[in-house]
Amino acid sequence: MSKEWKPRIVAFFCNWCTYTAADLAGVSRMKYAANTRVIRLMCSGRVDPQFILDALSKGADGVLIGGCHPGDCHYVEGNYKMLRRFQMLKRMLKEFGIEEERLRLEWISAAEGEKVKRVINEMVAQVQKLGPLGIPAKFREWDKEMEHFAAQVAANEAASGCACAEHGQPTAQANKMEAAHA
Amino acid sequence: MPKPKVAFYWCASCGGCEETVVDLAEDILGVVEAVDIVLWPVAMDFKYKDIEAMPDKSITATLLNGAIRSTEQEEMAHLLRRKSQFLIAYGSCAVSGGIPSLANQFPREQILKFNYEDAPTLGNGGQKTRPQLKFAEAGREVSLPELHNVVRSLDQVVEVDYYVPGCPPTPNITKAAITALLEGKLPPKGSVVAPDIALCDECPRKKSKPTDVSFTEFKRPHQLLADPELCFLAQSVLCMGPATRSGCGSQCTTGNMPCTGCFGPTSRVRDQGLKIMSSVCANVAPKEEGDINKVLAGIPDPIGTFYRYGLAKSLLRRKVNLPANGK
Amino acid sequence: MVKLVINGKEITTEKENTVLEVARAAGIDIPTLCSHESLPPYGSCRFCIVEVTQRGRTRMQTSCTLPVAEGMEIKTHSERVMKIRKILVELMLARCPESEVLRNMAREIGVPHCRFERVRGDKSLCHTCQACTLVEQMPMHAPADVPSTFVGRSGCILCGMCVRLCDDVMKIGALGFEGRGMRRRVTTPFREPSEFCITCGACTAICPTGAIELLRVRPQEPQPIPSEFELGLANRKPIHLPFPQAVPRVPIIDPATCVNFMTGGCKVCEDNCQVQAIDHTQQDRIQEVDVGTVIVATGFKTFDPKRTPYYGYGVFPNVYTALEVERLVNASGPTGGEVTLRDGRAPKSIGIIHCVGSRDNKTNRWCSRVCCMYSLKLAHLLKEHTEAELYNFYIDMRTPGKSYDEFYGKLLEEGVHFIRGRVGEVTDWAMTPEEEGKLVIRVEDTLAGFVRRIPVDMVVLSTGLEPQADAQEVRRLFNMSCGSEGFFLERHPKLAPVNTFTDGVFLAGACQGPRDIPDTVAQAGAAAAEAMVLIDKGYVEQEPNTAYILEQECSGCKSCIPLCPYTAIAFDEAKQKAAINEALCKGCGTCVASCPSGSIAQRLFEDDEVFSEIKGVLAYE
Repeated sequence: MSKEWKPRIVAFFCNWCTYTAADLAGVSRMKYAANTRVIRLMCSGRVDPQFILDALSKGADGVLIGGCHPGDCHYVEGNYKMLRRFQMLKRMLKEFGIEEERLRLEWISAAEGEKVKRVINEMVAQVQKLGPLGIPAKFREWDKEMEHFAAQVAANEAASGCACAEHGQPTAQANKMEAAHA
Repeated sequence: MPKPKVAFYWCASCGGCEETVVDLAEDILGVVEAVDIVLWPVAMDFKYKDIEAMPDKSITATLLNGAIRSTEQEEMAHLLRRKSQFLIAYGSCAVSGGIPSLANQFPREQILKFNYEDAPTLGNGGQKTRPQLKFAEAGREVSLPELHNVVRSLDQVVEVDYYVPGCPPTPNITKAAITALLEGKLPPKGSVVAPDIALCDECPRKKSKPTDVSFTEFKRPHQLLADPELCFLAQSVLCMGPATRSGCGSQCTTGNMPCTGCFGPTSRVRDQGLKIMSSVCANVAPKEEGDINKVLAGIPDPIGTFYRYGLAKSLLRRKVNLPANGK
Repeated sequence: MVKLVINGKEITTEKENTVLEVARAAGIDIPTLCSHESLPPYGSCRFCIVEVTQRGRTRMQTSCTLPVAEGMEIKTHSERVMKIRKILVELMLARCPESEVLRNMAREIGVPHCRFERVRGDKSLCHTCQACTLVEQMPMHAPADVPSTFVGRSGCILCGMCVRLCDDVMKIGALGFEGRGMRRRVTTPFREPSEFCITCGACTAICPTGAIELLRVRPQEPQPIPSEFELGLANRKPIHLPFPQAVPRVPIIDPATCVNFMTGGCKVCEDNCQVQAIDHTQQDRIQEVDVGTVIVATGFKTFDPKRTPYYGYGVFPNVYTALEVERLVNASGPTGGEVTLRDGRAPKSIGIIHCVGSRDNKTNRWCSRVCCMYSLKLAHLLKEHTEAELYNFYIDMRTPGKSYDEFYGKLLEEGVHFIRGRVGEVTDWAMTPEEEGKLVIRVEDTLAGFVRRIPVDMVVLSTGLEPQADAQEVRRLFNMSCGSEGFFLERHPKLAPVNTFTDGVFLAGACQGPRDIPDTVAQAGAAAAEAMVLIDKGYVEQEPNTAYILEQECSGCKSCIPLCPYTAIAFDEAKQKAAINEALCKGCGTCVASCPSGSIAQRLFEDDEVFSEIKGVLAYE
């Protein structure tokens, strides 16, 4: 029996506005979809696009970014930097074949607990409809085209007694440059 | 004392990396004298059988350039890995997929169709001939390597010891890598043989770069007569320099062209394309969505621009909704 | 300096003074009618006549126009002088027998009654020769064609003060003299209603006999200046003391209504000021003060009951807000503490409606916290002042605090009626004879279980508290957040109620949320203490989540320099690398995310930490 799939959404919330609003939603005992996993940063300007794509590549079905309303950023303009990055990232994700509903940027102020609830419910519903993004599974799918060969190599090596069992596997590298795909 | 054995091999490559080795000029003679080249398809005649016959790890170092995108390249990568003590990813294609890895934005079928059916330069009278993977005739079967669906960097196929970046690597870092090998003064395994600091450090235009660059537009290099002294970013031209390792001698910027990022990112960065995008976009001037988009429209092909040499090693590697197994 | 003798006393004075000024300064009271500090001496009423002996010759002269001279001898109340004054007051009384001022003067001087009689006429004999009008400006019976533009009523003594004031001081010139001798009178040009008159009322104020009717000068009701403090229940002058407890306790001049700003004239106040404290040329000044801490105590606004039109505020005259009633019951208020309806009657029944603009989905959802208690207070005071029947219409009785509920109990004992129910409407539409002429409060009495109609004379609306109208601008100035109601947001409701998210900015009072005076005072003390801690300490504690440059790795690409709103990143020309001033860095991390070579890091929010978090949150289904 397979469990019904539920989206996993990683949310990056800015400390002063959105995180406080989420706190408020909690304190007010609001009930909303539980699929969002919140990571707190001081400002939406801290959200490195690497975080977003790393989340997606590690299995997130969607990424939600929450920051202060334009003009109200606790650090004056951090949210504008996020907005500019977001505009380009939207285009890039489209080129990468990722549906635009999977990345969302919302301005949520400290008092808008209700908005946190609404936005999360909306996004979870949308992503549920889209289905899983499943990038780790995709990586595994793609790398299947090398499996047969890797198996051959392993067989050869076993036959020839070579102890270099690691060779020939399309695996992670020691180089810090590479993100762990495992 | 026998001379150390060295192999050069090319995979999905343009041949430029081979040129670089040749470019070592006088130094090449020194190299040829100092080593025993056992494999160099572009310059010498060897058979794969000869390599297979060698004992494992008998080749001191293999410099393998080009991305891995066919079964033959995959096979040779595995073979050379087995036979080499040190396997060095040579050139941007081997290091991070290179320009060939931009094919990861397209399904394999589309690429094949264009090349064998739709390209305007085809002259076979519209025959739509496709290479077959196997063909049997007169009792003999021949096979062709199959094109993979995904273009990969070398370390996505086998374990790599060192990386020499560049498209192509400049003679100085090639010489440095080979010298280090021959002298036995090796950096830690997995190192990139180029300074771990961005290009701006050595670029002569840094002096003229203002500290308040703010983009109200983007120009592509052909859209202006660039000032040869002023930083490209200050002229609204996208330059990958801030996100790219130095070590190349700033050849492009000195030649009045912006850096396109071939030396790859520093060790502190996981995705070069995203980092340059993050920096450049943060400095875009407008605050309204519409105005921001107008400025960003000056970058018509973000993937091609930001990931020119590194799409295979980007966080997503490939357009995600492409098939894992095309026809 | 000049030496002279007044009433036998030797006085030394400046050469420029008049005898009247000198005498008054010496405490000698010389009566005048046509003299005013703001007007130059005129000498028309002749009351200030004194006996002057100079160089052996004696004469009678008006002291107001007489400059002092060396060796003068003045007698201000000699027999001759008093005789003249008596005749004068009698003659004037003959013209204006009703004038209080003249009657008082007559009494003081010792004139028991006027010997001259007023002309009284037989109407049938009148041939409108207007002879009578020369004695009395307004005839006892008004023939049809007597021009109606005579400004002066019965009582004008032609002292000319109004004319001179309007012309020289107010710089309007709406009034003037017309005619000569017995035909002389004060009127407007061509006897037409004046279009220049600004109804400032200076003429009526200065007229010693009260002879001016302003409507005859300009036939329109003057616009009163409503007093802001009295909430329009009383009027004020352009120069006024804002309220009795004003700090500093000095009057202010309202440039919108002060005549000086309109015409360049008047300045009577300045002429009267003994210490020259008035300066009409004062300009607004913007002053910059460098401070290290700020306490925001910008207060609240009362709910505008026009937003609940079903309570009839602004429609029915006898619907008041609670704040207006506070002024009515106040002994220093517009009615001196008399609670009356608009027409002056005493109310026999009063209804106080709680929760106007509070606890209401249609207006403001929150409870304004103070209204129940002030409504009870008003009920108590109103009962004391008027003996009326008091009805309080409440939803819940919120009386936390020391002795608050006991006070409620007291009111119950005093016989104030408490009806539990939110009032639906206030109407003047009577359904029964008892409701005629009253305001009917329709309410569901939820405890009794049926809808009631309660007729009252006066309705008091207990309006709630709201954020100030400019709260959004103020909060942006200090980089503060607001709660959903619009009040400023505290850093933490329990653990940091007077702090904001910005270090060094504190909150006190109702700008943070509705509260009463004891709570405000306590909070203000807390905010002051927090501010003092910052000032006293001599150093500032900072959160450690600052950004730092990896100096070896920084390429000096300068991409980060323009990003910091606090200018914490600068370019070190010597090192050719970026450098972060830790004291200025607030720890937002924007530069960290932007560095294209990953050469800026942030303490507590390192890239690796965030990547680990991402891995962690995705480690399970």
